[in-house]
Amino acid sequence: MDQFLQHLLNAVMLGGTYALLGIGLTLIFGIMRVVNFAHGELYAFGAYTVYLVAAALGLNFFLGLVAAVIAGALLGALIEVVLLRPMRGADIDTVMLMMIGAWIVMQNTELLVWGGVAKAIVTPFPDAPLVIGPVSISWLRVFVLAAALLLIVASYVLIHRTKLGKAMRATFQDADTAALMGVNIKGIFTVTFAIGSALAAAAGALLGPVFLVTPTMGDLASLKAFAIVILGGLGNITGATIGGFILAFVEEIGAGYISSGYRDAMGFLIIIVVLLFKPTGLFARAERVG
Amino acid sequence: MKRALPAIWLVVLLTVPWWLQDQYILHVLITTGIFIIAAMSLNLLLGYTGQLSLGHVAFFGIGAYASALTTLGFDVELFGFRVVHQPWPAIIGLFIGMVVAGLSGYVIGRLSFKVRGAYFVIVTISFAEVTRLIALNWVELTQGPLALTNIPPYTLGFPGLGNYTLWSKVAYYYLVLALGLIAYVVISRLVGSRIGRAMIALKENETLATSVGIDVTRYLVLAAVVSAAMAGGAGSLYAHYLKIIDPDIFLFIYTVTMVIMVITGGKGTLAGPIVGGVIFGFLPVVLRPVAAPAVQWILYGALMIVIVFMLPQGIVPALQRSMANWSRSERKGAIAPLTDSAKPGEGQ
Repeated sequence: MDQFLQHLLNAVMLGGTYALLGIGLTLIFGIMRVVNFAHGELYAFGAYTVYLVAAALGLNFFLGLVAAVIAGALLGALIEVVLLRPMRGADIDTVMLMMIGAWIVMQNTELLVWGGVAKAIVTPFPDAPLVIGPVSISWLRVFVLAAALLLIVASYVLIHRTKLGKAMRATFQDADTAALMGVNIKGIFTVTFAIGSALAAAAGALLGPVFLVTPTMGDLASLKAFAIVILGGLGNITGATIGGFILAFVEEIGAGYISSGYRDAMGFLIIIVVLLFKPTGLFARAERVG
Repeated sequence: MKRALPAIWLVVLLTVPWWLQDQYILHVLITTGIFIIAAMSLNLLLGYTGQLSLGHVAFFGIGAYASALTTLGFDVELFGFRVVHQPWPAIIGLFIGMVVAGLSGYVIGRLSFKVRGAYFVIVTISFAEVTRLIALNWVELTQGPLALTNIPPYTLGFPGLGNYTLWSKVAYYYLVLALGLIAYVVISRLVGSRIGRAMIALKENETLATSVGIDVTRYLVLAAVVSAAMAGGAGSLYAHYLKIIDPDIFLFIYTVTMVIMVITGGKGTLAGPIVGGVIFGFLPVVLRPVAAPAVQWILYGALMIVIVFMLPQGIVPALQRSMANWSRSERKGAIAPLTDSAKPGEGQ
């Protein structure tokens, strides 16, 4: 039982960052219909930005986090303007191939710049874990969860309470009609991609110090993000949030009780099972973003 | 001239080991040939039925492992039963590899073709990743990351002539060439047949194809089975040529390599995967002295982006178009409509 509680707690800690990854991708996938294979690279980019600021330059760790989010948004906007904007209207497979190209370029650039050796990010949090009854958790992970929850709430507010969010939701429902109503579709696409990328970078920046930073860390992150989006349903932020926690939970249980080697297989099994039996995702309503 | 082209190519390919002294280049030719077979099989799905399967490496790897395990033998415990297999000749491994890969193609195809578009892509990747993780973790069967080693080469038996074991690179070169030609002929026959027309019809417009009575799932699954078996055969060649395989054979990057070959050359054309395969097979040879592996990959990725931008149809269709224009101006105003039957360089 104690062991189960510990797994549950670990899952909750991990689930917050998974949710960030998922929300970022579900916005991009939902609004722009782009299967973003570079999503995991933005995640890796966020982790390396923190490493650059906090470890290589020796500046403040929290400054590194903020820098990662901003740099992620800027890189996302750049990718959208340079690669995706000219390809608007191209079929989904063509754009997907382009994003695979972008993924290869980004990953190998990281390999070239930082080398293949895994990097560790030292944080200002104490090494001694926080012990609550039978379970324990590191202070770093508590902070990671808090920061992730903050960003999740921020995304909700952005989508549901602001004019920009309203325009994004309108574009999701019907881009042409939204354009007729005066929504700047081009701008919305750039902003959507930038926000999605910033969330992925934030997830990487938060998980980078928990695990290690390597050039290939983005591969699984992309695929896990797809699993979360498929679990939650297209463009569904609530679904992506819950999906993130479900994936983390299934992974923890799978690693804890079946075999740690199959931890990463859980996400793929979820994808296969959900798509084959309930292709609209677990939380499908009528298709809408929000 | 146009008719003689395939014959000239064949003579060039057949005589390669006579005038080529460089063993490294011969090695590159063999591995490139193996990947071209895999790319041709992917082209059947991607180019002719229009389904972007990004899990194709699963069939390649399954064929490689099935073939290697048939040849090496295994002893595993499965659900409380002990399953022992004594080693069989390597050439039987090739057939078993193709059959097992074809069966996986059937099962995965049956399941995956329930969804389309982006979801299909993601499901196929998921299947490939699950296979990779099984190969990595089922150590009793696959040796996991320790790899299957000492995979013996094929032995061909000729009635009345005795056995011949393919120890040399030259022998493997001819085997790959022969099987590549067979794969080419099978695919060109298939896509030229009623079945191929049905596949192209459902690529163009699935709803319309269904409405004229084409059983879409049946043709898609058929394409998946043929394609998977061919990829499995290529995997077997790869395993017995390199004599060692590990779970890295399932890495997504190999699928990407096959996809780049098909897209660059021109999906849905017979020559496309060959042209793309030669380019991406020999690019590392050209780049190796001047660029680190990471830089090479950056160039591949950039090239992929550029090709999707500039030549979304690929090199072969673009060449066909320019050659058609050229022959049109040659005939001074004679009308040469560009149809599917006018495919220079492909042979009829």
